[in-house]
Amino acid sequence: MSALSEATKAAIRDLIPKYPSKQAVTLPALHLVHDEQRYVSTQAIVEIGELLDLHPAVVQDTMTFYLFFKDKEADRLGGDRVWVCRGLACMLRGAYDLIDHCEHTLGVTCGHRTADGRVTLEFAECIGACDGAPAVLLNDKHVMDVTPEKADRLFASLGKAGA
Amino acid sequence: MATFEPVLLARVNKTDSHKLAGYRADGGYATFERVLADKQPLDVVTQVKDSALRGRGGAGFPTGLKWTFLPKDHPGPIYLCINADESEPCTYNNRILMEKDPHQVLEGVMLACYAIKSQCAYFYLRYEYGDAYRTLQAAVDELYAAKLLGKNIAGTGFDLDIVLHRGAGAYICGEETGLIESLEGKRGWPRIKPPFPAIEGAFRKPTIVNNVETLACVTQIMRRGNDWFKSLGVPPDPKNPRDAGSYGPKLYTIAGHVETPRCVELPMGVTCRDLVEKHGGGVWKGRQAKSVNPGGLSMGFLDVTAPLKGADGLTEYDIPLDFNGPGKVGCLGLGTAAITVVDDETSMVDVLHNVCQFFAHESCGQCTPCREGTGWMLKITDRLRRGQGRREDLDVLVDVADRIGIMPGTTICGLADGAGWPVKTAIRKFRGEFEAAVKSGQRSKHAKALAMAH
Repeated sequence: MSALSEATKAAIRDLIPKYPSKQAVTLPALHLVHDEQRYVSTQAIVEIGELLDLHPAVVQDTMTFYLFFKDKEADRLGGDRVWVCRGLACMLRGAYDLIDHCEHTLGVTCGHRTADGRVTLEFAECIGACDGAPAVLLNDKHVMDVTPEKADRLFASLGKAGA
Repeated sequence: MATFEPVLLARVNKTDSHKLAGYRADGGYATFERVLADKQPLDVVTQVKDSALRGRGGAGFPTGLKWTFLPKDHPGPIYLCINADESEPCTYNNRILMEKDPHQVLEGVMLACYAIKSQCAYFYLRYEYGDAYRTLQAAVDELYAAKLLGKNIAGTGFDLDIVLHRGAGAYICGEETGLIESLEGKRGWPRIKPPFPAIEGAFRKPTIVNNVETLACVTQIMRRGNDWFKSLGVPPDPKNPRDAGSYGPKLYTIAGHVETPRCVELPMGVTCRDLVEKHGGGVWKGRQAKSVNPGGLSMGFLDVTAPLKGADGLTEYDIPLDFNGPGKVGCLGLGTAAITVVDDETSMVDVLHNVCQFFAHESCGQCTPCREGTGWMLKITDRLRRGQGRREDLDVLVDVADRIGIMPGTTICGLADGAGWPVKTAIRKFRGEFEAAVKSGQRSKHAKALAMAH
C-alpha cells in the first residue's frame, strides 16, 4: 500500500522543474509528507526516493540531519505543534518558567505529544521573535509576549484534531 | 544631529506595506526597470562595489567585491541564493523586512540577479518564519502576475525566476555552504573552502549568497546612489589600510532586559549605550545593565562597566556599533547587530549556560573539535550552574573555546569560533563572578534535576 497520497505525490512532482536536480526537492517533499502524515514513515522515505530517483538511504540521510522531522509513528505530531523558545532573549524574559508551565499544564515534557493527541510540545532554539520575548511558535506562526495565562488561552483554543 | 529618517524601514508601518500596489505607488521597481533599460550588468556591480556596501549577514564582506569573484563570461547558469535563514539568537531584522516590506527585498534580489547574470534565485528561508514565507510567496506571485518575473521581463530578454525554499530548523544552514548543501537536498554540512561558492556553489555552479538586509540595501543604493549611502555611517579608519569602512544605514535589533525590545534603523556607528538607553527604552525595571551582547551570541559579551582604554570616563558600553567597534573590546565583530542586554540581577553563569546550550544543540557534528567542544562546554557550564563547578573549570572552558574554530584552524566553518567567543569573553570579563559561583557552590534556580534532553 502506498504511504503517500496521490495529491502529495503530485505536489512533489510539481516541484521538480523548479530545481536543476531532483535531490533538491528532498526537503520540500519531506515537509509535504510531514505536514500531512505528522511523521515520515520508512515507506514514505522509499516513495520519496522513487519520485526523486534517489536511494531511500540518501533521503533518510538528509532527513535525520534535521531534528525537525519525526521519523517514528510513536513520535507522530499532535494536531498542533507548539515550540517554546528558549533562546537567550526569551530566557532572559522568563522562557524557562514558561517551559515549566507548559510542561506542567499539558502533562508532557518537551518533544512529546499530549495524551489526547492535540498538541506536541517542543522547545526551540531562537525563533527570531525576540521583540516579543518570551515567544512561542504555533506550528510556523509566532505568538509574542507569552505569559503563562496567554499560554493557557492558546492551549484552550487549539483544535481537538490530531492522532 | 537631526533625527535620522529611516529608509529601509520607511514603509513598515504603512497599511498593506507588503502589497505590490503600495510599493509601486512609492516608486518601487522603477529603479529595476530603469536599470534594466539603461544599465549593463557590470554597471550595477561597479556601483554596488563603489558604494562600499558590506554584507549585513554577519561577516561584513564587501558585497560588490564578492560579485566580482564570479568567473568572467561564464556560460551559466549562475545562481543567487538569498540567505534568509536568520537564526543567530536575538536577531530578527530580516524577519521585519520580509514580513513588512517584501518587495524592497525582492527588488534587491532582481537587481542583484541582473548584475551577476543569474536567471534563478533561491530564497532559503528558515522554517520558523511562516508568516514571512506566506508574505514573500504572495509578493512573488504578484510579480509573476505583473510580468516583473518570468521570461523576457519588460521586453528586455532578461529572464528571472525566484524560488522560495524552506529550511527545517537548523542554525548551520545559515552558513553559506551549509545553506547550499541543504538547498541541494543534503545534510546541511558546510563545505571546505576553497572553492568558494562564487566559483563552485549551488548545483556545482557559480553562486552568490547574500543576506536579506544586504539586498534591501542594494535596492536603496541603486535608487538613491552612492553619495547618499556614503553620507551615512563611518568612513574607513585611515590607520588601517584593510578597513573598508562601515557605510550606510543598519537595522539594529534590541532584545533582552530592555523596556521596549524593537528593531531600529540608524546610521552605522551608533553606540551601544545610545541604542539601549535611547532606542530600547533603557534597562527594564529600573535596573542597571551588567553585560551586553553586541551582535548575536557568537560575538561575545561586553562588560558595560569596564573602562575603555585611552578614552577617559568611557566604558565598553560606549563602543560604536560599526564593523570595527566590537572588535576593539575583544568581541568577534558586529555580527548581525543584534543587541541583547543582561541586567545586573541576572547570573552570567545562567547566561553562559544558555549560550553553550544553543551551540551544543546547533553544532552540525561534522568536525570533531566543534561537536565535542560545544558538548563539553555545555557540560561544564551545566556543572557550574548546579553549584558543582571546579576551580579549573574556568580555564578549561577558555582553553576549549580557544581551540575550536576556523581561526585556530580546527574546523570547517565559523560556528565553533562563534561558540567559543561568548565563553572566552564572558569568563575573561566576569571572572570574579564565575569564581564566586564556584566557591559558593550555589545552585541556579533554573537548574532542574535532569538536563533538558532533545
